[in-house]
Amino acid sequence: MTPACLNTHNRHPARCFLQGSMLVLALFVLLAPLPAAAEYGDVVLNKRAEKAGMRPVIFPHWFHRIRFRCRVCHTEVGFEMRAGSNNILMADIIEGRFCGMCHNNKIAWGPQNCQLCHSGLPGLESGVRGGPSTGGPGKW
Amino acid sequence: MITMKRRIAGLLLVACTGVLLVACSEPPARTVPTPVTPEGPGIWQTIMEDQLHDPAGPGATQLQNPAEALFYLPSAYTGNKVRWAEAIEEGYIEPRASILDNNYQMQVLDLDVIRTRTAEMPMVLFPHKKHTIWLECGNCHEWLFKSKRGATRFGMFDVLSGEYCGRCHGAVAFPLLECYYCHSVKREELKKPVTELQMHK
Repeated sequence: MTPACLNTHNRHPARCFLQGSMLVLALFVLLAPLPAAAEYGDVVLNKRAEKAGMRPVIFPHWFHRIRFRCRVCHTEVGFEMRAGSNNILMADIIEGRFCGMCHNNKIAWGPQNCQLCHSGLPGLESGVRGGPSTGGPGKW
Repeated sequence: MITMKRRIAGLLLVACTGVLLVACSEPPARTVPTPVTPEGPGIWQTIMEDQLHDPAGPGATQLQNPAEALFYLPSAYTGNKVRWAEAIEEGYIEPRASILDNNYQMQVLDLDVIRTRTAEMPMVLFPHKKHTIWLECGNCHEWLFKSKRGATRFGMFDVLSGEYCGRCHGAVAFPLLECYYCHSVKREELKKPVTELQMHK
């Protein structure tokens, strides 16, 4: 069946309306947001964790922004504002880079507390969670 | 004519099924978790049941629940349910501005920018002040936004796909469901038509 609206010989207002509304409905079904689990802005880091036998890392933005302004991590620590664009190795953290600039037993608890970061459900995909409304920062 | 009626009836049936599908695809009503604090309204997921943390893992029981920390901050309907800029401005929180320099002061710029090319939507008012209490100039300039007025051309499509404003809004800062937070200046409110306008306060 050819869509009536595109067929110039068979243009009927009722059908056009119906097909239009069906298209809109289909779009709604496709774009309906997934049920928002997690807290808004939570980031899952699982590029390497599970391959190395650890649970995925959950980074909670809400927890950190109560204590630090954005510029601390996104300028001083050097995290780029795009999920997936920061290559963080555990060795970096232990040597005091990235998370390790604070998680060093001085500003915050140190990297010996594996379970506090590596706390995610196995099998999670990396990206921003908690119902993000862009396809952007969550994409890898 | 009868076949036409049949067709319309058939299409109506399909449309109704579509509506039903939409109604059914909504997430089932979640039981509201018990409030963690007396004032905590229980609108935040707990760590144990947020479908992100592993309840079987040793860390899940040790981490702070969002409700414990967020319930006393100025409330919003979306995102973290917190108006973060107001949380600083009204003194609820005082996040550190630097971990390298204890005397570092945020360079707050009180300058509103209006973006006028917004089609039929109200114009966008960008308040530097609310942004510079969190970020420094270099976080957005010059690599993402040019300082020169009108030099950065982007549309809602870019924002929705996570570029420009969408770098933060829609992921960490308030979601893009809040159209009128940004599109806040009605054209008829301004006395004369403006080009890209900067309002120095």
